[in-house]
Amino acid sequence: MKINTVKRHFRESLKSLGRNSWMTIASVSAVTVTLILVGVFALIMMNLNKVASDLENDVEIKVLIDETAGKADEKALMEKIKKLPDIAEMTYSTRENELSKLVKDFGDDFKLFEQSNPLRNVIYVKASDPQQTAKVAKTIDKFNYTYDVMYGEGKVEKLFNFLNISRNVGIVLILGLLFTAIFLISNTIRITIIARRDEIEIMKLVGATNSFVRIPFLLEGMWLGILGSIIPIAVIATLYHNVYKIIAPRLKGELVQVLDFSPLVYQVSALLLLIGVLIGIWGSFMSVRKFLKI
Amino acid sequence: MIEMKNVTKKYPNGVVATNGISVNIKQGEFVYVVGPSGAGKSTFIKLMYREEKATSGEITVNGIDLASLKNKKVPFLRRQIGVVFQDFKLLPRLNVYENVAFALEVIEEEPAEIRRRVMEVLELVGLKQKARMFPNELSGGEQQRVSIARSIVNVPKVVIADEPTGNLDPETSWDIMNLFEEINARGTTIVMATHNREIVNTIRRRVIAVEGGMIVRDEHGGDYGYEN
Repeated sequence: MKINTVKRHFRESLKSLGRNSWMTIASVSAVTVTLILVGVFALIMMNLNKVASDLENDVEIKVLIDETAGKADEKALMEKIKKLPDIAEMTYSTRENELSKLVKDFGDDFKLFEQSNPLRNVIYVKASDPQQTAKVAKTIDKFNYTYDVMYGEGKVEKLFNFLNISRNVGIVLILGLLFTAIFLISNTIRITIIARRDEIEIMKLVGATNSFVRIPFLLEGMWLGILGSIIPIAVIATLYHNVYKIIAPRLKGELVQVLDFSPLVYQVSALLLLIGVLIGIWGSFMSVRKFLKI
Repeated sequence: MIEMKNVTKKYPNGVVATNGISVNIKQGEFVYVVGPSGAGKSTFIKLMYREEKATSGEITVNGIDLASLKNKKVPFLRRQIGVVFQDFKLLPRLNVYENVAFALEVIEEEPAEIRRRVMEVLELVGLKQKARMFPNELSGGEQQRVSIARSIVNVPKVVIADEPTGNLDPETSWDIMNLFEEINARGTTIVMATHNREIVNTIRRRVIAVEGGMIVRDEHGGDYGYEN
């Protein structure tokens, strides 16, 4: 393609935005509205996901070591656990340590137990994939010198189940929203192109190749996508900035946290721009295709 | 130049528009295609620039075999053919100059060459003074001149016209015909579908009469042969 032709395509695509100004406004509005929805939803989803993984990561396995185990046996047990494939981290805690934690949590009444400590030495284990916790716990349970292995059986499964379902629901909703966006935007673009079918027909009759006809329309779709993603990006940035200011201080020191402004908002902005541009180009492509068959 | 052998066009709805047409049009000829409405004239003409694809039979235009021509190559066929329509098909948002230049822009001609050639054909059709005007500021005859200018600006071997005088008053029609004669005199083949009895009977040329999708008459210097 000649450089003059490339310039012409860009010039034509921009000119056509201005010439069909009403249709441009209609298409850009369609992109804007859907991208705002997608953007807000993406922010919510990513934060829910963060909360979910915070909860998941808090799940740990507590291995109570049998009282009959000597120092060497404990060491051997820890070595065995360490060799398991799905272990993220492992910490050892003596029975004295455990008792002082209890005292700290529940008060000095528990100091009574210092005379005869009923607790056992403990190994805390975290699975690298929290969803594998139950499996890892059962494996460890079979090892020698384990008195009991606890991981909140029942509750953990319920939590994971709930988180998985909400993730899937979120994905389905986002996909549905994207599908609606594609449909809405490509239809709007189609209307603008139908209004210009005579132009396409004449181009074809005087010997323009399909790509020559198509490229200005694709560029136009790209501009629509870019223009349409400006407002949504501004909206989600402002929105998140303000919501973060309200929520983040209240969650200080809590188990669950919301995501920071950066890089989340930049990621979502890039995603919106990308979606806008892709949908614009794709919408144009699908709409022009029909009229090229002359 | 244009050669058809046994060409049949059957539309998906079952209508047989041309039924085994064979014809041979030589370089530099001026051919009228006449016949009642719905006889297959338009299809016959559309087959030549591959707006329609023949169901069976052979078509060769300027040495290009249209049956085996890939869709991707159709634009290169069209660059050798100028097409003129009854309804002009000008782009309303472009002025006269731009409408004509459009045909050269889409084939990626050099800007300087475009300017030279457009002014040349506008001079030929007598619209050099109106280059900056828009189609809706022109009379029907002038619009048809622009459309003719566009069809010949890339120096095609053949100009195909589908009832070019159909929307024009008699006097303007004669002007347009004079223009076609001049183009033909320069060696360009002209194929023109028409309903204009007076023109066919006055400017005597080869007449191909199509009826029911078949050629019923093909004579040099023939008359229109139908009552209007």
